[in-house]
Amino acid sequence: MSRRPPSARHLDLRHGAVTMSHGAGGKAMNQLIEGVFLAAFDNPALNRRNDQADIPLPAGRAVMTTDSYVVSPLFFPGGDIGALAVNGTVNDIAMAGAQPHYLSAGFILEEGLALADLVRVVRSMAEAARQAGVVIVTGDTKVVERGKGDGVFITTTGVGVAPVGVNPSADRARPGDAVVLSGSIGDHGVAVLAQREALSFETTILSDTAPLAGLVADMVAAVPDIHVLRDPTRGGLAATLNEVADQSQVGIVVEEAAIPVRGEVRAACELLGLDPLNIANEGKLVAICAGDEADRLVTAMRSHPLGRDAAVIGRVVEDERRFVQMRTGFGGSRLIDWLAGEPLPRIC
Amino acid sequence: MSSTDKGALRYIDEFRDGDLARGLADGIAARLTPGRTYRLMEFCGGHTHTISRYDLESLLPPAVTLIHGPGCPVCVLPIGRVDQARALALGHDVVLCCYGDVVRVPGSGDTNLIGARAAGADVRIVYSPTDALDFAKAMPDRQVVFLGIGFETTAPATAAAVLQAEAAGLTNFSVLCYHVLTPPALTAILAPAAGRAMPTIDGFVGPGHVSTVIGAAVYEPLMHRYAKPMVISGFEPVDILQSIAMLIDLLNQERVEVAVQYRRVVSWEGNRKAQAMMDRVFAVRDSFEWRGLGSIPESALRLADRYAGFDAERRFPLAERSVTDNPACDCPEILRGMKHPLDCRLFGNACTPETPVGACMVSSEGACAAYYTYGRGREVPAKSEPEPV
Repeated sequence: MSRRPPSARHLDLRHGAVTMSHGAGGKAMNQLIEGVFLAAFDNPALNRRNDQADIPLPAGRAVMTTDSYVVSPLFFPGGDIGALAVNGTVNDIAMAGAQPHYLSAGFILEEGLALADLVRVVRSMAEAARQAGVVIVTGDTKVVERGKGDGVFITTTGVGVAPVGVNPSADRARPGDAVVLSGSIGDHGVAVLAQREALSFETTILSDTAPLAGLVADMVAAVPDIHVLRDPTRGGLAATLNEVADQSQVGIVVEEAAIPVRGEVRAACELLGLDPLNIANEGKLVAICAGDEADRLVTAMRSHPLGRDAAVIGRVVEDERRFVQMRTGFGGSRLIDWLAGEPLPRIC
Repeated sequence: MSSTDKGALRYIDEFRDGDLARGLADGIAARLTPGRTYRLMEFCGGHTHTISRYDLESLLPPAVTLIHGPGCPVCVLPIGRVDQARALALGHDVVLCCYGDVVRVPGSGDTNLIGARAAGADVRIVYSPTDALDFAKAMPDRQVVFLGIGFETTAPATAAAVLQAEAAGLTNFSVLCYHVLTPPALTAILAPAAGRAMPTIDGFVGPGHVSTVIGAAVYEPLMHRYAKPMVISGFEPVDILQSIAMLIDLLNQERVEVAVQYRRVVSWEGNRKAQAMMDRVFAVRDSFEWRGLGSIPESALRLADRYAGFDAERRFPLAERSVTDNPACDCPEILRGMKHPLDCRLFGNACTPETPVGACMVSSEGACAAYYTYGRGREVPAKSEPEPV
């Protein structure tokens, strides 16, 4: 990361800011690419500076995904938009049972963004990519006028490969299957909410943003025929379970007592009138497998640091209405529905 | 849900204890007078939400029926007032600050404040009126308006913001004041307008946080006049079950009293300081329209003349227009306890939380939204008002 080409010496990374000329295709843009992006990502494919990259792939089922990241604020406890942009796309690849290999990264920068902030974001991406074992092989940068962006927007596209015979899909849940959750829910959403400007609310909650590909590799090694893998990001666990019920045309019944929620997350949700089931996660996954393979899957997950709190939280049932229901601590049950829109705090 | 760390939540977990709840439900069944029924109205939307979320009705014996009252401040905001707030946000270049669940309340023609934001209005969600005050201080060249809604629970915070704005000499802060009052709404249910039937209500599960502010004593004259007992209840499932047990005891003993179950926050006289702030900043409107209930005299607050300078209705030229609710919607009957959400033919078809037609589907605390969100998977017997004989 210390290797900085000579032409970047005019870039003031400590006090400078992004200007329109950084997106104009001239010398300033080249300085930015060399001094910020190449310096951090530093790999042979990128360093060749072509408009595309060669991506040799091992044998298997190739998968591809893309996602855009617009989180505000850019930096939050436990992570930042850069780590999120790598981990989110890595996780979407991993949810195919695949190992991620390559990423592309497109940046839309707002005029006036501090170069120091950009460097912080890009270095965080490089570190997240290193941890996830992916290489950022191609990219793009555009600059928009002040007021037309929100600091930085990032789009990443990922390519990965799944072993033959590993084929999780949201339409493969079958009655009798077990529903497994990898850990506590709500951490990321509450960490970000707590940072929002209008909410002067102190909490020690950190975002759970993490690359799940390593955990998934251990899981498919133990149970190759995992029926469904999903990471409950936007919309939270409630949306993920409803998507699966809908696409597989089944019902799902979960046990309230089996779903882990950190005390601080529960407390924040109580104060804000939100339900942890609707809150976003960035380092958790839901797996659905045959009922008699669940123990083996949970054991494999618990031996990985990101699956330490893994547990069976429910089961798939026959239900034409495709309802997701939760058995409460009272022995009664309630429906878990999709949210109508964004989660909004209740007035009282 | 289970906590992963030491994070048991004091003052919450105890009140959601399943064993305790089942014990209370057994106690309720044991105290019933054989052969009689108990029709109890919970006034607050917060209570309705808890009852539905924890499926408390499944724990109660069939002789006990819960009727869901109108105490959801978001639900009862009328179409005409939503239109007025929208017109202010769109037409006067203001920063309109409001509580989160207000932005989805539909005005006329499927419009709401989220739509106004998409159309260019500056609508911001705040957690407290003091957030709006901070915006006003930070943006001296913009007019910042706080949309004040809610019962006596939220009104003191609005009053405090007005007093702070006065102290800070702010000239770019005002309040669009739609705060409503609890006792007149109770009166409207107990003494319905001519031509409207009165529901059979044996007693009330009384408002919790409203009563923290106004105190328990204010309900006594009303309850005595109409010979109904009331138990003021907390919002957790164990609170509500205990309140129901207390209410059944009062009914069995034919005692017309106001009792307090929610003693950890509700006192007999209420919060005097909050009451004094409200008395200073607000005046009672002659009349105010409630979604689903129609106009109710002396049921809402406006800014007192002394604070006219902070009154958005006086600062900006805003038309006031009453808009009729959809006639196919049963909300007026549901809000007054005459019908159950499942009795309405729009429920779950034309009317859902994504496309609410009536007041009760608007907020998650409305009776219809609570049933739609939590109850569709359950077998709920329709317990509507029996035909008068």
